Amino acid sequence: MSREHASERIIDGYAHGGADLTTDEVWAVEAHLETCRGCRDRLSATVEAEVPAVAALVDTVWSGLEPRLAVTATMPRGRHRSAALSRWMTPTMVPWLAMVVRVTLLALLLDLADTGYGEVSLVLLLAPVLPVLGVAASWSRGLDPAYELTASVPRAGLGLVLRRTASVLAVVVPALSVGGWITGVMVAQWLLPCLAFTTTTLALGGVVGVTRAAVVLAAVWAAVVVAPALATSRTSFALQTGGLPAWGLILALGIGVVIARRGAYSVLGAHR
Amino acid sequence: MTIRKEHHMTSAVSAADLAPTTYAWEIRATGLKVRVGRKRMAVNGLDLSLGTGVHGLLGPNGAGKTTLIRTLATVLRPTEGTLEMLGESAGGMGEHRALRRRIGYLPQEFGYYKRFTVREFVEYMAWLKEVPKADIPAAVQRAVERVGLADRADEKLKTLSGGMVRRVGIAQAIVNDPTILLLDEPTVGLDPAQRLRFRELLQELGTDTCVVVSTHLVEDVAAACTGVVVFAEGRLVFQGPPDELASVGGPEHVGDSPLERGYSALLLNPEQGRGTW
Repeated sequence: MSREHASERIIDGYAHGGADLTTDEVWAVEAHLETCRGCRDRLSATVEAEVPAVAALVDTVWSGLEPRLAVTATMPRGRHRSAALSRWMTPTMVPWLAMVVRVTLLALLLDLADTGYGEVSLVLLLAPVLPVLGVAASWSRGLDPAYELTASVPRAGLGLVLRRTASVLAVVVPALSVGGWITGVMVAQWLLPCLAFTTTTLALGGVVGVTRAAVVLAAVWAAVVVAPALATSRTSFALQTGGLPAWGLILALGIGVVIARRGAYSVLGAHR
Repeated sequence: MTIRKEHHMTSAVSAADLAPTTYAWEIRATGLKVRVGRKRMAVNGLDLSLGTGVHGLLGPNGAGKTTLIRTLATVLRPTEGTLEMLGESAGGMGEHRALRRRIGYLPQEFGYYKRFTVREFVEYMAWLKEVPKADIPAAVQRAVERVGLADRADEKLKTLSGGMVRRVGIAQAIVNDPTILLLDEPTVGLDPAQRLRFRELLQELGTDTCVVVSTHLVEDVAAACTGVVVFAEGRLVFQGPPDELASVGGPEHVGDSPLERGYSALLLNPEQGRGTW
């Protein structure tokens, strides 16, 4: 380091009680010692070698403190993996994300086994609602025990919502990509509805609560698209390439609403 | 070298520490109304000014204590009236990030993650409260020591007793050195010895912090509070020092201590509302 250190004369004078130093020198050396380990070491070496009275005092204080320090556990170095992970998802989200991945795999297996739904791809049908489940789990009053604490912190709000949503998508999108690649569905065909549904959940969630929004949207999707598609064995228009501009529009609208109402995510209402 | 030294000196006492306060009261509410559900006004026209000290918030069940504390924690928005905290308006749609950094909050239902250790949980809360990254380990250690859990700091929360979990809740509330500390029923689940220790901690915190403690235990207030706020049916019934509350009650009122008699005298007063059972 390029910083200047206390001279031998000052350290020596300080060790002997500071009588030989001017007041501002004592002040400066104390301020410096607080931040400089090297000079502290030099001071303690000087004290031990030259000033037995102070060394004895330090020993007495130390022996008084030692039993009290011994019962206090030392702070472990380094952070736990789970602590770093918790910045991106709550521990209660993990089982939900695992379930989402399992559902994707199951849909993929059924697609590959060709169970008689004709040209309908289950992966495609489920793609929009899978991330919604994960997003709901991250803001649910019932599933997240610390919801009220989380709502009261400065970091609560859109930033934290997006953080958790991003972590849900980070799990769901790769799983769906694999599914889409194997079944030969175009990426935009499932990715756009998937993102559009996620933003709509957040936008609606700012008004009625994220969990409620997720339940409503999943129910609507099941009734309007999934059920008819399975009944008629034909992919609904909503999921054909012709529907992509509409999904893009919904996505843009959703993002707009989320940004406009970003204050709504830092109150208890968003957790319903 | 001089530049570096100046940097060290400014970091020891920051400009924020030296700045004069720009407000007379830490918490100041005028005509505050908070609606819960569709119709009910849980806080109904409250005028309240609170400064530094420990303020005990007393009231019967359903008086609106929790709603008021949640409003002060800025997780509920006031329906009407103004709420000023640390000189900043806490009413609007903003996120109140700067204000929230200076608030500590322990909710009545303190939810936590069972798999976290005490230290991990308080660290996580410190991160959520935007405590500067470099200060987090020291702040967490200090908070955990203040609630007497230093020897259990690396044990998982699911192995702790109810009283200890409550103390973890208090530790997370004070980890950001708040100027306003809001505790909703903090003594529930504490045994008598822990409660005594907790009162000491409250008195210590009350010297430079505005502490609002909601409770239904009158003896907690008598022992630790510098001021009492009695709250019933969403309105302020009484505000003053504990002695003054004790002087309201006479021998004809129900209660085992002067303070309890004063409290029941206030709530029996027909002008202040119906029976309270």
